[in-house]
Amino acid sequence: MQAEFPEFLLRMGDNTLVLGHRLSEWCGKGPVLEEDIALANTALDLIGQTQMWLGLAGEVEGKGRSADDLAMLRDAWDFRCCLLVQQPNGDFGQTILRQYLFDQWHLLMLGALADSRDDRIAAIAAKAEKEVTYHTERSAELVVGLGDGTEESRGRMQAALDLLYPFVGELFVGDAVDAALAAEGVAPDPAQLRAPYDTALTATMSAATLTVPDSRFAHRGGRDGSRHSEHLGHLLAQMQWLQRAYPGATW
Amino acid sequence: MADQREWPLWEIFIRGQHGASHRHVGSLHAPDAEMAIKHARDVYTRRKEGVSIWAVPSAQIAASSPSKKGPMYDPAEDKTYRHPTFFDIPKDVGPM
Repeated sequence: MQAEFPEFLLRMGDNTLVLGHRLSEWCGKGPVLEEDIALANTALDLIGQTQMWLGLAGEVEGKGRSADDLAMLRDAWDFRCCLLVQQPNGDFGQTILRQYLFDQWHLLMLGALADSRDDRIAAIAAKAEKEVTYHTERSAELVVGLGDGTEESRGRMQAALDLLYPFVGELFVGDAVDAALAAEGVAPDPAQLRAPYDTALTATMSAATLTVPDSRFAHRGGRDGSRHSEHLGHLLAQMQWLQRAYPGATW
Repeated sequence: MADQREWPLWEIFIRGQHGASHRHVGSLHAPDAEMAIKHARDVYTRRKEGVSIWAVPSAQIAASSPSKKGPMYDPAEDKTYRHPTFFDIPKDVGPM
């Protein structure tokens, strides 16, 4: 558990950090003012959750690294975020679909973690779950509105689903880290979340008149850091340059 | 509503933590009522300002004309009986 515990916390915190950063890229560029604000709010929620996950990761790791250190001073290969959150924003529809695919998993994961045997994890999960409940409602509603919308919006949403679905499977493939934590009752076995996820996904996609691809092929390598997407390094270069160029800079 | 590409406008009313009635806080665009409430949450209640949100289509609000302001609202200051300011309201009554 000594090594697995911080590893798991990085997986949670890096997901929210990278997706939060991706959403922040929309700031000032949203299709309408209201969506601009909503996307920024979601980004802020996720960055707030990142502070909690990475803060705890630094604490249990015991090397004196803060949440900021972990976020800004690690290189791509030390990140443990899934491939889905690394994917570029694309158009608004692609961003919203990526958001829904992640939110739905995130909600189930946090629900399970709220019952964690580790009090610290349970507390973070309970706090984050409230925010993510709203994120999921919002992204699901937008997916349905855009999917069951005009010919153009539906086409864009189907294209986004076809593009992003191969990155969903990774969320449910466990490894030794997951097995160790599940055995201790700290975190769920990722595979357990697949059935409720599929049920929710099917309901949302059918309301959105979108077709979930048949293929269960899953790109992997993000959550264990073995093979990140080509996008992560570029994202980190943008996100970390200030701390790299001016170490310790504060404002 | 001539342009179908433009979302309709909604007036947003929020009941604050300790307020007794919903207050108008502003307006926003949204494709439907549910989304109007979600947007209102994101625009107006991020700092726990409210416990309840109403969204009303702006087109549904009948408004008085500003040019009739005088005849409609001139409060006739000389008729003191219209201005019940000389009653002491007990504290227990709360907001009226």
